[in-house]
Amino acid sequence: MTTKPRNLFEKIWDQHIVHAEEGRQTILYVDLHLVHEVTSPQAFEALRLSGRTVRRPERTLSTVDHNIPTTDRNLPIVDLTAKRQIDTLRANCKEFGVTLYDVHDPRQGIVHVIGPEQGYTQPGMTIVCGDSHTSTHGAFGALAFGIGTSEVEHVLATQTLLQDKPHTLELRVDGSLAAGVTAKDLVLYLIGQITTEGGTGYCVEFTGEAIRALSMENRMTVCNMTIEGGARAGLIAPDEITYEYLRGRPFAPKDFDAAIQRWQQLPTDTGASYDKSLHFDAAQIGPQVTWGTNPGHVSAVDSRVPKAEDFTDATDQKTAAGALKYMGLAGGEAFQDIQIDRVFIGSCTNARIEDLRAAAQVVKDHRVADHISAMVVPGSGLVKKQAEEEGLADLFQQAGFQWREAGCSMCLAMNPDKLESGERCASTSNRNFEGRQGKGGRTHLVSPAMAAAAACAGHFVDIRNWN
Amino acid sequence: MKKFTTHTGLVVAMDRANVDTDQIIPKQFLKRIERSGFGEFLFWDWAKLEDDSPNPEFELNRPEAQGASVLITRRNFGCGSSREHAPWALEDFGFRVLIAPSFADIFYNNCFKNSMLPIRLSEQLIEDLFVRANQHPDYKLTADLESCHLTDSHGLDIAFEVDPIRRHCLLEGLDDIGMTLEHEDKITAYELKMVS
Repeated sequence: MTTKPRNLFEKIWDQHIVHAEEGRQTILYVDLHLVHEVTSPQAFEALRLSGRTVRRPERTLSTVDHNIPTTDRNLPIVDLTAKRQIDTLRANCKEFGVTLYDVHDPRQGIVHVIGPEQGYTQPGMTIVCGDSHTSTHGAFGALAFGIGTSEVEHVLATQTLLQDKPHTLELRVDGSLAAGVTAKDLVLYLIGQITTEGGTGYCVEFTGEAIRALSMENRMTVCNMTIEGGARAGLIAPDEITYEYLRGRPFAPKDFDAAIQRWQQLPTDTGASYDKSLHFDAAQIGPQVTWGTNPGHVSAVDSRVPKAEDFTDATDQKTAAGALKYMGLAGGEAFQDIQIDRVFIGSCTNARIEDLRAAAQVVKDHRVADHISAMVVPGSGLVKKQAEEEGLADLFQQAGFQWREAGCSMCLAMNPDKLESGERCASTSNRNFEGRQGKGGRTHLVSPAMAAAAACAGHFVDIRNWN
Repeated sequence: MKKFTTHTGLVVAMDRANVDTDQIIPKQFLKRIERSGFGEFLFWDWAKLEDDSPNPEFELNRPEAQGASVLITRRNFGCGSSREHAPWALEDFGFRVLIAPSFADIFYNNCFKNSMLPIRLSEQLIEDLFVRANQHPDYKLTADLESCHLTDSHGLDIAFEVDPIRRHCLLEGLDDIGMTLEHEDKITAYELKMVS
């Protein structure tokens, strides 16, 4: 055993090495493999063609989330290509013995919501999924990252991955977030600071007082968007908040106290270092709104949309000009003057119960503006049920929001939920890429509270002034 | 996997940064369960007009770009979604070599699984390639993975770096799963150790 101080990432990495030799990629063990309908069919098919099996079906969990409609689940799926993909997952799970939370299972939901919810996601684990937002699970101090379909096949067949060791990047946020400023604002701000490729080649560890103060669900929001800053994985060290979240969940360890003792060994040792460290002050962060076509195109709501000429780098300037044109903005507008058409509250970033509570709190005693179509899509069937029991669903519906079934929905618009060309949307999702929510659609990323307030006001508002 | 040793091909220049995988292959094509045939959907939302006819303004639709197999572009190419459909579409369209100042991690990794060579060069060298591609009609580049050199027929000769392990796998066309299963005893030993 090495006595050199190690950081959280290094401890998890070291513990999962199956085989390492000079001149080869490391064979890393995978504790949990999450599977969904979109990035798995080709992997299962390849497995079948090569006569291989799923090595550890009990370490594999599957659900349908990406293209599933969020309307009445008893209606047939009219998109036959989507239906075929869902049917294919069902058949594959049956053939290979993989657990599937299917359409009518109360636990069905977005893959990154249900893993934590069921207690599958635990500190110190390695977790992969054919989905870039697998970084979400890093909130538990698990090394979790997205992979391609070839790698999905590799994990199914071997329960391992071939990996190059990434560098480590500490993003430390000191101080406390101001009232009205959320985890979503924090992570959008960080991406704005480091850019969408600032984390490329790194595994991030989020540290500092502002991170430690976050609830488990808020930590998931932060880690979820690590990939938007270019890093495949983002970790937060486990602590009492983590343990209390996990305690009593269906798949949490049976001997929980022994598990806590193990998990307590994970946080970064005193004296351990990172390849790079960047420090930020939470007090500098205001509620954020994106204005462009990548998550790094972001500013505080009480500022103005930048102009292309505000950027000094020639590539940034050209990118900003293209983004503003696509977004139908000239640059220089006050964010609070920007009118919107649609509101989407949902996604693996912001569709857990605390997100819905925050949004519901804002809409209480308000109504969705007449010209706006607004929807809430819970992250899982269980989140939906809980929100209904807490009266949140009633609050949303009374205010004029549509209340939907669980799924990825208009985060990526693979199902029927999408923007029309030219429509402008305040969205709690994670990507404002061109066409992400529908061809020609214009996405502004915000926190759940900011999205709810925008729905009622008809334009962006500074949530700090909402009552 | 197909081997990659050397490739000479027509260059198309895409003067855009942060091209995300949602643009490379939009979501409406991810519902297919096949692994092939994605090339015709490559960059669909940029490549097509409202009526789905080709957009003549789009880089890849220009007459001089027909048959291109080498893409030069700006930084952070392939960011966003992990969808391997993006490299599948590029490969199926005919691309073998992608050259940019930087690539997003997941996309970069996915390229190697599909016999495509992503080459990282400095912003300055990329700028020089853009100038050359504009200057010379039918501009071609040769990427030689054995010597790790990028050359053209106008005197350009740039050494590039690729991780030696990835280079080896591409040159030999190695099957990842096959390689890992050579160490199956170690996986089993690891699993036994976990249980104990």
